[in-house]
This record gives sequence, C-alpha cells and structure tokens, in this order.
Amino acid sequence: MSTTAPAAAGDRPGPPLWLLAELTYRCPLHCVFCYNPIDFARHEQELSTAEWLRVLREGRALGAVQCGFSGGEPLLREDLEILVAEAHALGYYTNLLTSGVGLNEVRAAALRSAGLDHIQLSFQDSTRELNDFLSHTKTFELKSRVGEMLKTQGWPMVMNVVIHRLNIEHIDRIIAMADELGASYLELANTQYYSWAQVNRAHLLPTSDQLRRAEAITDAWRRRLEGRMKIFFVAPDYHEGKPKKCMNGWGNVFLTIAPDGSALPCHTARMLPGLRFPTVRERSLKEIWYESEGFNRYRGTGWMKEPCVSCPDKQNDLGGCRCQAYLLAQDPQAADPVCPKSPDHGTVTRAVAAADADQAPAQPIVFRDRANSLKLCP
Amino acid sequence: MTTPDRVLPRLAHGFRLQWEEAQGCHVLLYPEGMVKLNRSAGEILARCDGRTTLEHVVAQLETAFDTKGLDAEVAKFLELAAAQHWVELT
Repeated sequence: MSTTAPAAAGDRPGPPLWLLAELTYRCPLHCVFCYNPIDFARHEQELSTAEWLRVLREGRALGAVQCGFSGGEPLLREDLEILVAEAHALGYYTNLLTSGVGLNEVRAAALRSAGLDHIQLSFQDSTRELNDFLSHTKTFELKSRVGEMLKTQGWPMVMNVVIHRLNIEHIDRIIAMADELGASYLELANTQYYSWAQVNRAHLLPTSDQLRRAEAITDAWRRRLEGRMKIFFVAPDYHEGKPKKCMNGWGNVFLTIAPDGSALPCHTARMLPGLRFPTVRERSLKEIWYESEGFNRYRGTGWMKEPCVSCPDKQNDLGGCRCQAYLLAQDPQAADPVCPKSPDHGTVTRAVAAADADQAPAQPIVFRDRANSLKLCP
Repeated sequence: MTTPDRVLPRLAHGFRLQWEEAQGCHVLLYPEGMVKLNRSAGEILARCDGRTTLEHVVAQLETAFDTKGLDAEVAKFLELAAAQHWVELT
C-alpha cells in the first residue's frame, strides 16, 4: 500500500491502516508457493461470524481504512457477504483477495450489494497440472468467466500472478492473457520464499537469466499497454540483493488477523521464535497493536544490530524482513540475508547459484494441503 | 483546461474520498491503497462530485476560505490529480 505513514521512532506508533482478515486457511487449491504457514492444519479453530464482526469494529475504531478479506480461499466462508457488508458500513475500503474458485453470479451480486469495493483475482494453482497451465485452457475459462462477473458488477479487473521457475518462461503469454481478459492492473509477484515457497524453493527459484528475460518482456508489454494496463513487477529480492522494507515497517501499517484470531504484523510472523502474539479472543485490537510485545519487538530501529545499526539505509529498508532473517540466518534480529552486507548473504547467493546451475532439487515438490501440513509439522 | 464553466471534475471510478478522524485528514482510497491528502487537496477533491463545474468548485473554495484568485492553483492541482488517475475531468 502506498502510504507515507511515519515509522514509529520512539513515539507512539500510528494507527494500523490496513486490516487483513485471513478468514480461513481452507482452500480448494494446493499452490506450492502458498504463503499460509506450513503448520496451518494446527490452527483450524476459525473465528465465528460474531468474533469477526467485533474485529472489524475494533479495527475501524483504531483507524484502519483498508480491509482485505483473504485466506485460504475467503469464498469458503459462507458469512463473507455479512462481513463485507459490516466492513463497508463501518467505512472501510473493502478488498477481496480470491482465486475466483467458488465465485458465481449470485455471490458476485450479493458481494456487490454488500458494498465490496474491489476484487483482486489471483491465478489458481497451475503447477499440479502443468500441461493445463501451459495451454491455459482451464485457467483461461475460469478467469474469463470471473472476468465477466467482475465487469457486470462494475469492478475493475485486477490480477495477481505469482511468478516462479515453473511459469516464468510463459510470462509473455500470461501478460497477453491478462490483456485479453481486460485487466487494468496486473501484479507479477515474483515468489517470496516463505512457508510453502520456502519448502519448495529449489523448484521455484528462477535463474538470473530467466528473470532478466522476464523483466525485459514485461517492460516491452508496459510500453505497448501504456494507459490501458498497469503492470507491477515485484522485485525478486534474492537476485537483486536489496532488502525490502517488509510490510512497510513492522507494526507500522499492517495488522493481520489469522483465521484462529491470532493478531500478527504479517501473515508469516507466527514462525518467529520467542514471540507470542495475542489472539483477539484474549485482548482488544487496541491493546494488541499498542501494547503487545509481539507488535513492539521490531518496531522502528532500536532492536537492530550490526551491520544494520550503522547502515545509512536502515531507515529505508528497516533491515529487511524479520522472517527471512530467521529462516536464513536463524536469527530474527539479524540483517535480512538478501543484503550483501549480511554475514549470511552466502545462503542467498548459494541458492541463486544452484538455480543458475540448473541443479535438480533433492526433494520432490510439496503441495500445500492438510496431509502435508501435518506431516511437516507433526 | 480552458473551459472551467464546462469541466465537471469527479473522482475516478473505484476511488473514494473520506475524512479520517484518526489521521486528522482527508484520505483518498483505491484498491489496496491510500493517499493522505493535505488540507487544500482534501478541500478541492471534496467538491469534485461530477455535478459541480470547475468554475463553481473554485467559487465555493474562494467563499469557504474568504479569498480570491484560486483558479490557477485549483486547476494545477486537478491536472496533477488527473495525471495520477485520481480524478476525471470531463
């Protein structure tokens, strides 16, 4: 989100502006790059409708203006229309992040009359049936059907495609398809390596050459589609060696509520050791946002160590991503290892070198499903 | 923008303007994003309802702030806002 909310530098933090309601971890798809936690099967106690309504009210009272409904697949919640209607009535700008699986004309109309402002349509899991993906037949049919529904309801067509080694060679066709579907905005989201994508990293990390070609193709399309479609190419931080200002700052703008009510600064923060995040069943959002240790721990720059402390870029990138630091350096206070100044940068360059060398992954690809979740996290 | 008596500025499709008490300012909301507006931008956009001509928007602002000669400033801001696709000048 492009806001200029100030980072909390010793002062009381500003309000959460973005409330992300992850309504469920249930999903009809099995995407190998899914950002839901790999132990999602251990967090299946979903909040009730009444609890979600309270969360929406408390978030709005704190000052949140953007509300995202995501998952899993949020359309699997039968009370989605009720929650959207309440969010709209409270004055949120309401966004639904969905694969479109399960959307039909009746639900689209109900969501529209509930006041849903915007739908971001993501591509479904295409890797299980690579042939289908390559031909795009089923994907294209589903997306065109959903595209028609969006048009009927007056929503813009906003698409998101996660890009990885298994589809990056088809980026030209993907952009062409988005254009055929009348997309006004297309996000080409280079995979971020957390959760399931981290498990499958050796399968998903593209080569440096593939990325260079993909970016050149994207640039050419940008020129061709100027004024018709905006294309956003998410920076691949492993290859670019540039830490991202993750979530626009820890506990700065984003407040994620997981399906079981855990309140998190981002959807993957629960993995960090030594931090407890309260649930909305125990505490009010206000207490959680302003007072909980989980939200205060990595706010601002006070928690940093070297090389971040003396780095001239520390205010710009805030040391990168805490989850990535933990995953790659086993230390959530470390500099994000994608940064060349990090003593653990070798973990990133070795992963990229292995991708460039076309080394066959040692493990088979792992699909995101309940059985695998229980197997990985017994 | 040579015909302020004909131009009817309005927010672009999918954009919403609202006053946010927690931030003490007007914000412009759009899919997954937000722009915080300074006071004059908020006051101008609050009057871009698609029914009020640019000429009247300027007149209303001049009355509200008890001043004169805002036309160039307002037109310049709206051109920038249109370049950002926040408003449509039709």
